[in-house]
Amino acid sequence: MERLPLKSKVLNENQIIAESLRERFREHGVLCLNLISGPGSGKTALLERTLASLDPTTRVCVLTGDIQTDNDAQRLAKYGFPVKQITTGGTCHLDGRMIEKHLAAWNLDEIDLLFIENVGNLVCPSSYDLGEASKIVLLSVTEGEDKPLKYPSIFFKSDLFLLTKIDLLPYVPFNANTAEANARLVHPGMEIVRVSSTVEGGLDAWLAWLEQRMTRAHEDALAPAAN
Amino acid sequence: MHELSIAESILEAVRKELVNHPGAHPIRVGLRIGELAAVDVDSLAFCFEAVLAGTDWEGLQLDARVCPQRRRCNDCGNEFAVVEYNARCTVCASSSTKTISGDELDFDYLEVETDGTPATQVQGVE
Repeated sequence: MERLPLKSKVLNENQIIAESLRERFREHGVLCLNLISGPGSGKTALLERTLASLDPTTRVCVLTGDIQTDNDAQRLAKYGFPVKQITTGGTCHLDGRMIEKHLAAWNLDEIDLLFIENVGNLVCPSSYDLGEASKIVLLSVTEGEDKPLKYPSIFFKSDLFLLTKIDLLPYVPFNANTAEANARLVHPGMEIVRVSSTVEGGLDAWLAWLEQRMTRAHEDALAPAAN
Repeated sequence: MHELSIAESILEAVRKELVNHPGAHPIRVGLRIGELAAVDVDSLAFCFEAVLAGTDWEGLQLDARVCPQRRRCNDCGNEFAVVEYNARCTVCASSSTKTISGDELDFDYLEVETDGTPATQVQGVE
């Protein structure tokens, strides 16, 4: 019997693809964001209102993942930006290969911002790097305040926590401060933005965050590669 | 249920590793799974058995060690185990601490037996 040391990551194949995507995004100044939440937290609604609110000169593309149907792609295509549906046919998450394949027809030089709307699931997508600059986790006020504690991995791995549907706060027994404190227990210093996709001005703080991150992605593209 | 995809990734990695060790039969594969890795060890064990069923590698053992979350304090350098997600330093109470383990999903080792017969290969694993 012999014990061979193995030093790689279990998802090494995915990691290699993700790193190559990340480098391509950096080179071309594309800000890639991976949106993750349970089903029904408002990922598609947020994207709809975001696409409607962005400066029309911003070149945005969306990849949207679902197990079945292209309903989300149809909803998002109305805003005039390129949208592609990734139908996983049962798989509970997107992986690097799916992103690589669905990006093939797009010219990265013509994209400033790429949204990836992951399959509605708070667990599995957290294991798969898609080459994004940041994962963003969404949690709505109609869910439980303790979700960051129940699903710590995704809150730990996301740079930004979007607390969605805050217009409903007066009608639900949800303590936003508790939810945010729970998120910061798991991920000290986590950025948190409260949003509403249905009221006027409900996305202002999120749009400002996006603007800042796009500027940074452009600056990074001009800087020489780290290696 | 991404544990099924992960089980397939494990077999794929074992297959690749064995290319470098002709004549070796895999006995046990060791993993380190952080408690923040979002992988259910029981579910992974179940999926691992399922993907091995009917192959030459049926009976290949999985040794998945769960690694608790540990952090290092950026202010005083103390390293501590995180209890109940409390990320504050246990010595100086600073909230500026960094994860040093607990989010890994890594291979650790592969135990093999070499008996001179030709190496087995699993079919159907891409």
